[in-house]
Amino acid sequence: MTEKTTILNLSEDELVHPGNRACAGCGLSIVYRIGLKALGRDTILVVPPSCLTVLQGLYPIAATQLPCLNVTFASTAAAATGVLGALKAQGRESTLVAAWAGDGGTSDIGIQALSGACERGENFIFICYDNEAYMNTGVQRSGTTPQGVITTTTPFSGKSQKKKDVPSIIAAHGIDYVATASAAYPLDLYDKIVKAKTMNGPKYIHIHTPCPAGWGFNPRFTVKIGKLAVETGLYDLYEIENNKWRLTGASKKLIGKKRTPVNEYFNTQNRFKALSDEQISDIQKEVDIKWQSYDETYGN
Amino acid sequence: MKKEKFGCRISHSEPGPGDGGRTGSWRVKRPVIDLEKCIPAKTKKAACFTCWLFCPDGVITKTIPPTIDYEYCKGCEICAQECPVGAITMVEETVFITEEK
Amino acid sequence: MHIIESGNVAAANGVKLANVKVIAAYPITPQTPLTEKLSEFVDAGEMDAQYIPVESEHSALSVCIAASSTGSRAFTATSANGLLYMNEQLHWAAGARLPIVMCVVNRGIGSPWTVWNDHQDAISQRDTGWIQLYCCDHQQIIDTVIQAFYLAETVSVPVMVCYDGYILSHTYMPFEIPKQADVDKFLPSFKPEYALNPNQPANLNTVTLPDVRPDVRGDMAPGYMEIRHNLHADMRDAIDVVGDIDKKFNQIFGRGENPYIETYRCDAAEFVAVCLGSLSYHLRDVVDILREEGIPVGVAGLRLYRPFPDQAIRDMLADLKGVIVFEKALSYGNQGALFADIKAALYSSKNRPKVHNYILGLGGREIKTAHLVDALRNSCVDTDKVGDTPVWIGLKM
Repeated sequence: MTEKTTILNLSEDELVHPGNRACAGCGLSIVYRIGLKALGRDTILVVPPSCLTVLQGLYPIAATQLPCLNVTFASTAAAATGVLGALKAQGRESTLVAAWAGDGGTSDIGIQALSGACERGENFIFICYDNEAYMNTGVQRSGTTPQGVITTTTPFSGKSQKKKDVPSIIAAHGIDYVATASAAYPLDLYDKIVKAKTMNGPKYIHIHTPCPAGWGFNPRFTVKIGKLAVETGLYDLYEIENNKWRLTGASKKLIGKKRTPVNEYFNTQNRFKALSDEQISDIQKEVDIKWQSYDETYGN
Repeated sequence: MKKEKFGCRISHSEPGPGDGGRTGSWRVKRPVIDLEKCIPAKTKKAACFTCWLFCPDGVITKTIPPTIDYEYCKGCEICAQECPVGAITMVEETVFITEEK
Repeated sequence: MHIIESGNVAAANGVKLANVKVIAAYPITPQTPLTEKLSEFVDAGEMDAQYIPVESEHSALSVCIAASSTGSRAFTATSANGLLYMNEQLHWAAGARLPIVMCVVNRGIGSPWTVWNDHQDAISQRDTGWIQLYCCDHQQIIDTVIQAFYLAETVSVPVMVCYDGYILSHTYMPFEIPKQADVDKFLPSFKPEYALNPNQPANLNTVTLPDVRPDVRGDMAPGYMEIRHNLHADMRDAIDVVGDIDKKFNQIFGRGENPYIETYRCDAAEFVAVCLGSLSYHLRDVVDILREEGIPVGVAGLRLYRPFPDQAIRDMLADLKGVIVFEKALSYGNQGALFADIKAALYSSKNRPKVHNYILGLGGREIKTAHLVDALRNSCVDTDKVGDTPVWIGLKM
């Protein structure tokens, strides 16, 4: 790994045009803007329906300065495979192929194609921005919606099932690089994408992406809430490189430290208002057990 | 064969700003940078730029001092929230409407 | 070179000769031997192409859509439920104007499961914006596959090459494999108007508003409705292009000359049996028998089903006494789709013939010559006896 990227040496080349249709304070806008800097201009994007489809612009104007193929919901990773196949056939293999999908497009309808592409070892980066529900259609539950969260399809008592652990599912394919990231830590995301670019085969990056409209908070807190998810130990930043799992960045700094109570994260968002004290206490216990194991394994 | 007749007739979009119009009009409050407090403005050195990093719309420049493109700034307030020295305050747009008048 | 091989191998050789660069496929009976053969060509180094063994038919067409959007000639093949699983991708490929060629090895669709032949798979996808060509023998399969790329790339519309499962796909017949040099002379290399390229970034298949809207230069760009109208208009114009391509093919290979309708004993015919696919060969035997009886009847097998060659249909059928449509598919709750199309094409003709409809061979039900003879004779002898509703042949109830 080369030196960590800082604000000062991060490229000023902007690949996303302003005046796009993303909501004010959109977490995706942050990760997309920084993520494209990391991918660079020699990249072809593949995008299924999601908020990104709207952010990217309505015909005939595109907010993105990279070539991009919009594809059907279930087909993202297969379409990336097709772009790769054509590039290979034409000897244009130096061009990077990146798929960029939401959590529904990754964990639910897109998982078959993603699993297939991972198994075939396609040389691409798959980026999932996880805002934990179907936001573009108006906040319906998805496979990655956390337990207890109110959505328009879990309207009163919240989602009863747990969040699907997509990075672990993808890691089980035995691919060389899986990482998690957060919109609140864009430089960590940048470095992970840059690292992924140096590796062969499928690379998967899962980004926790706060959504003011869907989560029910003032847009000014997008970054703050992203940080709280990490600081409470609910959402961990890690990478699995050649089968080696390690905490990174802000999560790594939490090892052996006192974490913020999960309650403080839940209190910032309307979507958690159905959680009972008992449920919150159960979640706190789960997080504590997880972190006890991290502390024992990775602490000094 | 009459190939020339069949042009590119698909949804083919080209990059350009302002697909969503002048999104500055979405704003209720305007972020204003206090140059007395802003670190790069005050020290006249390339430093901080936290507002530039987190701006979802890329409308803040990484310059000394940083500037904000009000044509497209949606007024999300993330810059004001994240500025480590509290140099950015949100001012009601009505103030500027009165001023312009 | 003439060889004796299966219809699937004929198709595979056509794909190889067409210099396809990206092949993606998922196994399904009775298509599988076709893509097995292609994987063999690629693995043996006889064909310079990317063979991508995807995890579903939906992904197979997705790979072709993306490869074609990136500027490579792409091919896939499927049957039955595999084709249906591609459904949204079929519409997508057509709307994106991608010249993908796909062999559809016709098979009935579930439920209940059937692996045997009928045409319900392809017929049910007739409104997807794909050109549909039907083959009636192995020579037509290999020739049509080669022509299909030329046609698709000329009009920027994807093409399905349909042929009957088992009856053609798995039976062995002699056919000629064209010389590569001749195919190269016939089929120009694929030069898309735009291919995904970082040096010339564009966002393809973006959300399109109901109305037209200016582009970044201020020029008005077509909206959704204009884009869709162009697809329709270009498909209509494709009818003439099919004729032009057939002429060019005929000049080089000496085969063809029936771009729209393959006819048999239609001279001085008062009645014509119409069908799709290999059934037309079976009907030739039937017509021979009825001609012996003195009934002036011929056979017309449609090569082109979408776009519908309605002028050619009128030219051939408008002044007959009767047209008898034999179909291995139907629009449930109504009638045979081809039957409805032919009636619509003939509606404006003053002396339009009686048109009859027979449904047969669904799910591979055996089609008996005696049944065909009886049906066709009935329709010719007393044109008023058979009504306007479809009559099922070979139904045991």
